[in-house]
Amino acid sequence: MALDSKTPKGPIKDKWTNYKNKIDLVNPANKRNIDVIVVGTGLAGGSAAATLAELGYNVKAFCFQDSPRRAHSIAAQGGINAAKNYQGDGDSTYRLFYDTVKGGDYRSREANVYRLAEVSANIIDQCVAQGVPFAREYGGLLDNRSFGGVLVSRTFYAAGQTGQQLLLGAYSAMNRQIGRGKIKMYNRHEMLDVVKVDGKARGIITRNLITGEIERHSAHAVVLGSGGYGNVFFLSTNAMGSNVTAGWKAHKRGAYFANPCYTQIHPTCIPVSGDHQSKLTLMSESLRNDGRIWVPKHMKDVEAIKAGTLKPVDLAEEDRDYYLERRYPAFGNLVPRDVASRAAKERCDAGYGVNATGEAVYLDFASAITRYGKEQATIKGLDVNDAALIKKLGQEVVKNKYGNLFQMYEKIVDQDPYNTPMMIYPAVHYTMGGVWVDYNLMTTVPGLYCIGEANFSDHGANRLGASALMQGLADGYFVLPYTIGDYLSDDIRTGPISTDSKEFEEAENDVKKTLEFFITNEGQHSVDYFHKRLGKIMWNKVGMSRNVKGLTEAIAEIKELRAQFWKEVKVPGAADEYNEELAKAGRVADFLELGELFAKDALNREESCGGHFREDSVELDGEQKGEALRNDKDFAYVSAWEYKGEPSDAVLHKEELEFNDIELKQRSYK
Amino acid sequence: MNLTLKIWRQKNASDKGKMVDYKVNDISPDMSFLEMLDVLNEQLINTGDQPVAFDHDCREGICGMCSLYINGEAHGPDRGVTTCQLHMRMFKDGDTIFIEPFRAKAFPVVKDLIVDRSAFDRVQHAGGFISVNTSGNTIDANATPVNKADADKAFEAATCIGCGACVATCKNSSAMLFVGAKVSQFALLPQGQVEATDRVLNMVKQMDEEGFGNCTNTGACEVECPKGISLENIARMNTEFLKASLKG
Ligand SMILES: Cc1cc2nc3c(=O)[nH]c(=O)nc-3n(C[C@H](O)[C@H](O)[C@H](O)COP(=O)(O)OP(=O)(O)OC[C@H]3O[C@@H](n4cnc5c(N)ncnc54)[C@H](O)[C@@H]3O)c2cc1C
Ligand code: SF4
Ligand code: FES
Repeated sequence: MALDSKTPKGPIKDKWTNYKNKIDLVNPANKRNIDVIVVGTGLAGGSAAATLAELGYNVKAFCFQDSPRRAHSIAAQGGINAAKNYQGDGDSTYRLFYDTVKGGDYRSREANVYRLAEVSANIIDQCVAQGVPFAREYGGLLDNRSFGGVLVSRTFYAAGQTGQQLLLGAYSAMNRQIGRGKIKMYNRHEMLDVVKVDGKARGIITRNLITGEIERHSAHAVVLGSGGYGNVFFLSTNAMGSNVTAGWKAHKRGAYFANPCYTQIHPTCIPVSGDHQSKLTLMSESLRNDGRIWVPKHMKDVEAIKAGTLKPVDLAEEDRDYYLERRYPAFGNLVPRDVASRAAKERCDAGYGVNATGEAVYLDFASAITRYGKEQATIKGLDVNDAALIKKLGQEVVKNKYGNLFQMYEKIVDQDPYNTPMMIYPAVHYTMGGVWVDYNLMTTVPGLYCIGEANFSDHGANRLGASALMQGLADGYFVLPYTIGDYLSDDIRTGPISTDSKEFEEAENDVKKTLEFFITNEGQHSVDYFHKRLGKIMWNKVGMSRNVKGLTEAIAEIKELRAQFWKEVKVPGAADEYNEELAKAGRVADFLELGELFAKDALNREESCGGHFREDSVELDGEQKGEALRNDKDFAYVSAWEYKGEPSDAVLHKEELEFNDIELKQRSYK
Repeated sequence: MNLTLKIWRQKNASDKGKMVDYKVNDISPDMSFLEMLDVLNEQLINTGDQPVAFDHDCREGICGMCSLYINGEAHGPDRGVTTCQLHMRMFKDGDTIFIEPFRAKAFPVVKDLIVDRSAFDRVQHAGGFISVNTSGNTIDANATPVNKADADKAFEAATCIGCGACVATCKNSSAMLFVGAKVSQFALLPQGQVEATDRVLNMVKQMDEEGFGNCTNTGACEVECPKGISLENIARMNTEFLKASLKG
């Protein structure tokens, strides 16, 4: 099947408007006869469910947590981008579009990104109207901060809890519709398959996580907003329950899976402390507004710090290597994430890591504290030379901006980041890859949509900070409600979809068979045992830096691990009760397939782009020596994989990317 | 360190439940409390026993999913943190730790340490929102300036994670801190004014119907709240309620 992105014709700035003017609409009376299933209640699913219900559709929403408010969007810290140009610093829709395409290393679909930039301002208006308490300046207007990879301040935020506040906004919009009976909410329900009838997505199979009951749910269209798959690495900044199951089951039912290898390894996370570690914690990118990243210049100081005989605060300025400022003078500490992560790895691989494992660099707030302290002293007419006072005033400002992050750090590491630099290291954070969708956000299965982090669409090979929240809400509030209407306009006479068909029956039986297998299998290892091993393979061979040998080995190892899993996994308890191990087993089974496709995709892409760094594709000389080398001639396409059984049999389809409104350039942040 | 755990085990909602003793060894002080329970569960699975069920997801103190009553305190002995942020360095070798679910009439036990907090959601359905549709035509966000002090207070109230520690701690199982936080957030913002009367009346009514108790101002909730939601919010809700009752 040829991949058609269905991008509308015409100039980029008119595409979305013209599209909206021409689509078919469903009249309000007919909407009442149409059901839509939304899997996921994060920013994407939550905003979509609320908006579709406001429009009049009957929505059934699902999440695996005990309340829609707990979707992992809640954990987003730093902020959300919007081209409001409130700071008057030259921002515009075009500039946001440009930055996002460039930041994505020219591997995203231009028209989608332009639309995203176009609706971004509406998101902020909508959220403020809902009562989202964004940070404000003293004059009462909204405040902004800057994020990596851009030269303007366009990020709106609510201290270090932006995701929480935006999600609670979407949750409140959902609550209003739940109260009116327009959304039926299914908490603690896990979707375990998509059901297709006559080639169209017409429902899902779920498991009630409390009772274990397997249920059939039908609808005229199904929307997946199930989040990212970073947990394929076991350790990541995702929540414990984050998984790929919804997207993977869709893949098995015919939805192509795009760019699985595009993963974002975030530069500023709390380093791993030991084998007991169950997850990693992010320290928001917003900290790079004020924190400076460094390691000691000299090996003797590294050793002294590790031995505990030297404190980082006592190391003289000239003995520190602010390597980002040194290597990238134009962007300094605010280079994009992929660049910052590789630079940290480079220093640590060279032996300059500052903690016991050698995998940590410093993120230092001392100069920001002094700068803010002096500013406050000047405003208040106090003594700018009183060092203790300056420190105190400066710490207050920093506390106001990042207090919750500093507290999180202190609780985990047991060190006070106001007085000693934080230790940080890159960790898996976000997945740009995901289910392939066209301009309408529809997958290759008719009637099956995918939104938010679960799809692949807008971030290319690297996502810029503060743009996932933007995308999730853009998809759910402003894009999907239009595009799905166009599709559903054909369904006004269909009537309710029955769940008694053989398709539902078969899907249900498949699900039950797998669960039964897990419960009865006489294995000897827990699910986590396999998940951790998968994570190690992924991190070591498919992580921040990839090569042919490692990827080839990873593919073989994952395959072997998967075979072992199906023989030796041990799941206690029964299927008809609350059973977290059983739920985990299903998720890890899917990760074990995705992991292999992921490595295969990375092997296929013989170029370095964004978060995908191939050691065999680097600049060999000149100013950019050692930096990632993209290959636009051969790889300016989206890899969309079709399921054919084993991941090794997956068939590659290419969506060639066209860039008419942006010139492809070397992505330089020097 | 080596620890003795006394954990509430209850097969399902209708089971009677009881405390059961377990031992875990070689616990690192750098582990989080839930990582310590992971160690126990791995041990139980390997010996063919049923792992202990507990709620958790983000493991960074923001989703509100984790709970647990540890040594008689909601979210354990540390302050300003959730159970998932509690670290084992708060305990010492040889300690015995009591682990129980959040208990309240409105939070029935589902299994072991998991309780059903859907009553919280239903209180929010009754009025925890501002009625504005998504249209793309809402007024510009900066058209309505909000005094920074009010905006900051609204934000502070809005940081409630819905964990239920306030209810579990309160001897009356009152949900006033949780409900007060939401009412306050909207009461402090101009956007929230239009529906203020209905909101507070409806939310309080639902709160009572769910079986949460009355507030007798003991202030225990504020102490145990991992997000430092202040009692001020209860006072503000009472004022709003009074205003609304006079109107209504
Ligand atoms: C720590 C952290 C900080 C971040 N900070 C920022 C930031 O500052 N700015 C920014 O722009 N982005 C940030 N991001 C990224 C951003 O938060 C996420 O990409 C985004 O929130 C994802 O939203 P979503 O709606 O797609 O998915 P999620 O919020 O992950 O929601 C997924 C939903 O799907 C449900 N679900 C999943 N599978 C199933 C299933 N099989 N059955 C039923 N339900 C299912 C879940 O229950 C949940 O409701 C951050 C991410 C992390 C992890
Ligand atoms: S008020 Fe505090 S204790 Fe109560 S639910 Fe909210 S965060 Fe938890
Ligand atoms: S697990 Fe999310 S707050 Fe504890």
